[in-house]
Amino acid sequence: MTDLYQSQRAMRAMRRAAMQRGVIAILDVGTSKIACLVLRFDGPEAFRDSDGVGSLAGQSSFRVIGAATTRSRGVRFGEVDAIQETERAIRTAVQAAQKMANVRVDHVIACLAGGAPRSYGLAGQIEVEGSTVSEQDVARVMAACDVPDFGEGREVLHAQPVNFALDHRSGMADPRGQTGHQLACDMHLLTVDGNVIANLLYCIKRCDLELAGLASSAYVSGISSLVEDEQELGAACVDMGGGATGISIFMKKHMIFADNVGLGGDQVTSDISKGLQVPLAVAERLKTVHGGVVATGMDDRDLIEIGGETGDWELDRRTVSRAELIGIMRPRVEEILEEVRARLDGAGFEHLPSQQVVLTGGASQIPGLDGLAPKILGQQVRIGRPLRVQGLPQAATGAGFASAVGLCLFAAHPQDEWWDFEIPADRYPSRSLKRAVKWFKDNW
Amino acid sequence: MQQMTSSSNAPRRDPAPSRLAYRMQRLLLTPFFRRLLWVGLPALVLSLVVGIYLSDQARRDGITLWVNDLKATVRERPEFMVKLMAIDGASPGVSDDIREVVPIDFPVSSFDLDLPRMLRDVMALDAVAKADLRVRPGGVLQISVVERIPVAIWRNDDTLDLLDDKGHRVAPLAARAERPDLPLIAGRGAERAVGEGIEIVSAAAPLAERLRGLVRVGERRWDVILEGGQTIKLPEDEPVRALEQVLALDEAQDLLARDVSDVDMRNPRRPTVRLGEVAAETLREIRVMELGAD
Repeated sequence: MTDLYQSQRAMRAMRRAAMQRGVIAILDVGTSKIACLVLRFDGPEAFRDSDGVGSLAGQSSFRVIGAATTRSRGVRFGEVDAIQETERAIRTAVQAAQKMANVRVDHVIACLAGGAPRSYGLAGQIEVEGSTVSEQDVARVMAACDVPDFGEGREVLHAQPVNFALDHRSGMADPRGQTGHQLACDMHLLTVDGNVIANLLYCIKRCDLELAGLASSAYVSGISSLVEDEQELGAACVDMGGGATGISIFMKKHMIFADNVGLGGDQVTSDISKGLQVPLAVAERLKTVHGGVVATGMDDRDLIEIGGETGDWELDRRTVSRAELIGIMRPRVEEILEEVRARLDGAGFEHLPSQQVVLTGGASQIPGLDGLAPKILGQQVRIGRPLRVQGLPQAATGAGFASAVGLCLFAAHPQDEWWDFEIPADRYPSRSLKRAVKWFKDNW
Repeated sequence: MQQMTSSSNAPRRDPAPSRLAYRMQRLLLTPFFRRLLWVGLPALVLSLVVGIYLSDQARRDGITLWVNDLKATVRERPEFMVKLMAIDGASPGVSDDIREVVPIDFPVSSFDLDLPRMLRDVMALDAVAKADLRVRPGGVLQISVVERIPVAIWRNDDTLDLLDDKGHRVAPLAARAERPDLPLIAGRGAERAVGEGIEIVSAAAPLAERLRGLVRVGERRWDVILEGGQTIKLPEDEPVRALEQVLALDEAQDLLARDVSDVDMRNPRRPTVRLGEVAAETLREIRVMELGAD
């Protein structure tokens, strides 16, 4: 656990250094596209020295000065599949964003969708030393959480204390300074496959960039797509991406669950490609231009030219009706939503007070999805698009940029994670001064 | 048709920048490198060109010559020429001295005049209290001088000097008789207390024709020397009042006309007189007579 502390703390320090320098890059490595945003931290809130969230949810501290998107290469199911290809794609995006921003960026905050994320709920309890809860008590209670055996080769991506309880009072955000005897803590731990992270890190390092933060894309899409009361009352964000669909459940402004379905828009495209015997590029065009999930009588008469360049007239002049296209797409979209439903049920989503589901991500833009999704996910479903942030180009405000925008918010105002708190004194190396001070305090 | 399809199937160029191009772009976006490229490189090229051009001795000499010619043509314009010197407020002797210490061959360009140095030279003359140099329009070097006014004669070991009221030497004096109007002062440190000495002399106006001079004793107090070696010893503090006291005594009892060699006023509350040798002898004889011979 110590090396995890070290690496995550180092990342936090690097993020702070980058904010001091004023420029940081956001990298969303997705299956279908790679987006890079360059943020400049120079707003009035940037150097305000206070706790809490600044005005406009902390967004007024930064603006987007460069944005670039490129088609993703070498990524499958949100995981790096071919390192060289991914590195080239990242280079393309970063170079274009730098060119637009006209500034060099050295620090990057990245997110990844794949890696089979797994959520764990942790609980810990200690007796408070002294009468009031101190920083050290908080550190100790978090250290007291019994970490489950999440298996060899898995890395912790997020570890957030979501709830503190002091004696009989639960639901506290910050117990410091309060009086009590027993301090308990609930923590949400998200682990992903270590190799997936290592591959992404390798790609980023090959681009001469330094990683200043890493986040799960399901989490950051939730930050950007859920409005504040949805995050507070409980809601699920379903980020339907190209190769993977991320699910995150928020409650009391904390993520309490995250999961990943390895299905997405690319499966729909490949279904169309197989079903209509067309190349993937054509299938993608058919999907985005003519696609849908609810067929009407009109769609039977709506004939779509498939086109082709084989030279075979019969093959190149084929047409399909839109109803046929919908007939291919709908089962796959239903399958994705069913899978999401199963994951939500497994997480106990039906026990939450609010059953709000927000669909976002590129694949949520299929026309008619807002009619199909309520049949599977329950009545409270809406199609969400990310928050507006200052300076974001119009082309990057769509639902497909939910995780990129969420990463901007994450960079500006990261939620307290385990490594942001103090390390308990007895975990310091034995020669540390803090340990000596604690021994002195205990004995005199 | 076949050709068209084959051209469209030609391997497409990779849109990704090469690693080198990517690094190059990042380097060019680095602020330091940018400044180096846009400021440093032109500066380097410019300095290189100038350096190569100037590396030849003949070219350097040519440039120096050209600059000197240019300077000379400007400074020798008639507008800048100074043709004569005018001295105001100096007596003939002092003005001769000034002409001696500021030797200028007119006409001369005003750029070649070192006015501060000339001012320093003029101020170094003892007789000059204040000097003011300027080049007046019309090519006249104007020197305005305020002379020192001698108020006393200072007798040194074997020379006589004139002093002004600040104790500054004005001019040497060949003989006391040249300036009978000025009082004579002597003694070590006398020049530093000229002001006080003048006050004493002016207070001693009733004794003017008998006054020989003042002597500074021990760099702290004055002795007034009268004709015939009579001495009035004055105290350090308020010597003028002590002197007035002596003058009052003289007025009332004709003190100084008697055979008194010293009047000691060093303690003003207890004036003491020392009798002359003859008077002292006489006084002793009178005392002996009064007491009866032993």
